[in-house]
Amino acid sequence: MQKTTFQSKSRVSNLSPGTTFTGKWNRNPYQIIKKLGNGANGTVYLVATRLGERAIKIGENKMSLTSEVNVLKHFSSLGQHTLCPVLLDVDDLEIAGETYPFFCMEYLHGDSLLSFTRKKGQEWVPILLVQLLGDLDRFHQAGWVFGDLKPDNIIVTGPPMRVRLFDVGGTTKMGRSIKEYTEFYDRGYWGLGDRKADVGYDLFAVAMMFIETVYPHRFQKASQKKQHLDDLMEKVTSASSLRPYKKVIYRALTGKYSDAQWMKKEIMTVIEKGSTSQAVSSKRRSRPVSGRSNGIKEKKKPSYRTELALTGSFLFLSSILYLVGQII
Amino acid sequence: MTRGKLRQVLLITDGCSNRGEDPAAVASFLKEKGIVVNVIGVLDHGEREHGMREVKEIALCGGGVSQVVYTSQLSQTVQMVTRQAMTQTLHGVVQQELRGILGEEKEMEDLSPEKRGEVMEVVDELGETVGLEVFILVDTSASMKTKLPMVEEALTDLSVSLNSRQGENEFALFLFPGKRKDVEKVLDWSPKIEQLSTAFQRLTTGGVTPTGPALKEALHHFEKRMKKGSLIADAEDDFPIEKPGF
Repeated sequence: MQKTTFQSKSRVSNLSPGTTFTGKWNRNPYQIIKKLGNGANGTVYLVATRLGERAIKIGENKMSLTSEVNVLKHFSSLGQHTLCPVLLDVDDLEIAGETYPFFCMEYLHGDSLLSFTRKKGQEWVPILLVQLLGDLDRFHQAGWVFGDLKPDNIIVTGPPMRVRLFDVGGTTKMGRSIKEYTEFYDRGYWGLGDRKADVGYDLFAVAMMFIETVYPHRFQKASQKKQHLDDLMEKVTSASSLRPYKKVIYRALTGKYSDAQWMKKEIMTVIEKGSTSQAVSSKRRSRPVSGRSNGIKEKKKPSYRTELALTGSFLFLSSILYLVGQII
Repeated sequence: MTRGKLRQVLLITDGCSNRGEDPAAVASFLKEKGIVVNVIGVLDHGEREHGMREVKEIALCGGGVSQVVYTSQLSQTVQMVTRQAMTQTLHGVVQQELRGILGEEKEMEDLSPEKRGEVMEVVDELGETVGLEVFILVDTSASMKTKLPMVEEALTDLSVSLNSRQGENEFALFLFPGKRKDVEKVLDWSPKIEQLSTAFQRLTTGGVTPTGPALKEALHHFEKRMKKGSLIADAEDDFPIEKPGF
């Protein structure tokens, strides 16, 4: 599923540490510290600038980064900095007579979603997804769909732990066709919808990431013309940590959620329930896989204790965040 | 050129042509006619990349995009190559307009990053709404036999991708070598690619690979359609006026 397998490596995909250069238009100096990785449209490096450590992405050809820059600019102008990295500079780099575009952004330090949850434990998954869904909802409200949503494009920074989306190369205006995608997270690949940018497209990818946290080796779909949905739901039912979220995952896979907020609320409800009554969830294990809404009754059960605990921890976290903000 | 339409040939093959004219020459001619030729070279795992030079050359001459992939990556590659070629063509058009405004030697990188962003918005918008005609040409010579199920899947997938756009699409699908002729029609211009499996199953895969003649057929098919499309307009112009004889 790698996109770049056969593409020729360009000069800028392997700059050695210590390389220095100055932007062609804005004349800002940069020094490469190390390579951070390869994106779909370019290579990301950690660099030293006058203002400290930043990340830059260098594109392979003239136009490759332009739409990404457009998206980053758009969100910077909205003042919604936490949705994607803050854009700091857009310029060209000239090497041996060739011109390559690049942009400089804030350096997000942390683990990718999967390596984080593998280190810290599965219980982090629903919580991080709740954060993610909140961010996605703001994306959607602004009229955009993230598109190429996958664990590689999500970094967990902190403490306090916070998911941050960073590769916005696939971000597409709502109603258009998705610019970039990765098959495993693409509902078109699983035969469960088209590639039109809508809310459901992102939420499908969230459900697939949820499943992937338990099945680390991205499995492939079975041979043609099979019931992919049944296969996926079978994987969900046979994993104990996913089973409580069966209904949520099913709804996301079948495009039942009209907004991210709704899915977020339902995940939160399951988190609450899980912490109050383990017994209920284990009783429901034996029920067959279906779209019928199980456990609506349980939802109405009051659970003040967890709500209190959640509110408390939220207040605690936000005060820490505020303090950190003050210090910076 | 009819209003806002892109014309592409998508050639899926696994290597060396061995019959008829040089495919690269035909591709060059197609380019002159305003039709872009994209080529995808398909490999099985373990196969070497030999014979893939032709793949690159045809696309280069045809003004298109080429990519060599393993069958498992085919779906994503097919849609990516088609999209890339669309953007490339649209950039070409926009660039030409820009040269008209800015002067001959101005290129995209002479624009400041801000201006480039604006150009990209225009290209994005065009790519989303422009009409697209894709003539798909699949090599079914003996060595391709095992790869055809994946080809079939990739084409259905391409249809999903392109039909998620706002613009209109039309696809035609031809296979080569055909039973009696060099090329055989499977699907004439239609907005969707569906139910290909039957078409692929009754194939008899042959030994020769007439890539050049197949590309020529693509040109004929496009031209037939263009003539048909412009018939009404032409008839109106031509009809009443009789040239005075000498």
